Amino acid sequence: MALVSPHLSAADYVIDTTGAHAFIQFKIKHLGYSWLLGRFDKFSGSFSYDETNPAAAKVSVKIDPASIDSNHAERDKHLRSKGFLDVDQYPEAAFVSTSFSDQGNGKALLKGNLTLHGVTKEITIDVNHIGAGDDPWGGYRSGFEGHTQLTLKDFGIQSDLGPASQTVELYLSIEGIRQ
Amino acid sequence: MLKNTETHYGLLSMLLHWVTALCVVGLFALGLWMSGLEHQDAWYNRAPDLHKSIGLSLLLLTLVRIIWLRISPKPQPLPASRGEHIFVAAIHGLLYLLLFGVMFSGYMIATGEGHGIAVFGWFEVPALPWQIEHQADIAGEVHEILAFVLMGLMLLHAAAALKHHFVLKDNTLRRMLGLKLN
Repeated sequence: MALVSPHLSAADYVIDTTGAHAFIQFKIKHLGYSWLLGRFDKFSGSFSYDETNPAAAKVSVKIDPASIDSNHAERDKHLRSKGFLDVDQYPEAAFVSTSFSDQGNGKALLKGNLTLHGVTKEITIDVNHIGAGDDPWGGYRSGFEGHTQLTLKDFGIQSDLGPASQTVELYLSIEGIRQ
Repeated sequence: MLKNTETHYGLLSMLLHWVTALCVVGLFALGLWMSGLEHQDAWYNRAPDLHKSIGLSLLLLTLVRIIWLRISPKPQPLPASRGEHIFVAAIHGLLYLLLFGVMFSGYMIATGEGHGIAVFGWFEVPALPWQIEHQADIAGEVHEILAFVLMGLMLLHAAAALKHHFVLKDNTLRRMLGLKLN
């Protein structure tokens, strides 16, 4: 085992956005009557994760906010415009982790700085390690899901969609290919 | 009556002209107003639906107008210099071009992600089979700019018609209104 562990500790993964095995989805209440779902189509990132030393885990993701897609051309145009993400002014969003605390059973709390709409704020993501192992093509993959919630006004997004729509929930599904 | 003659515009040409004028001015005002509406406004969905439905109907009407122009040619131009005729023909051509430009760019906004546009809830105009990235944003910019240019040119067009009527006192406006010629 001692021979294997150095290899494991060098556990750097690239998020598989090329094969689209990673998703950044959001949902926000529409009028309080239903959920509106959407996603960011373009992002890239990497993480390092060692099962024997999860506290050392690190994640870094860059997101193109202009790639927002809620399956409605005029709404997406609106979401990219000044009142919302203002993507001309703020063409990049990013998340960089600061700490990872293992809660057992594959659960963890991931803290980090999210930069969105030009505002950087610390957020906490509830993480669940789904699984890891060899893939059929000679690689090794590890995957996580994450949940978090953002308040739009915290990120300086002034457009008001009504009292039921002040916060947006994020669901992240991330598969990494070990390098 | 219905068809154009050498000296007069027929009923159909006049109708097509004035309905277009009414639609364009109305759509411009509606477009300006609706783009500032809040999410909570009662007209937030209704105004764009109306704008798109009228706009696509106008596109159909303009196609009819072009066909009609082929079938029932315009009356002879009123006496003017050769240069003036060329200038006026260019302005009229530009008005048609802008009209199509504004309507097509509007269509490209709403179909930016491949979804069709419902016209008054009667039928749906499908999207083109391909889209470009951020199509709605790009088409939106083009739509706004062309709409302002079109309004400017329409003002010039209307001012010229009024000048012909009140200053030059010729038949330019009279024959588009179906009035007795001088």
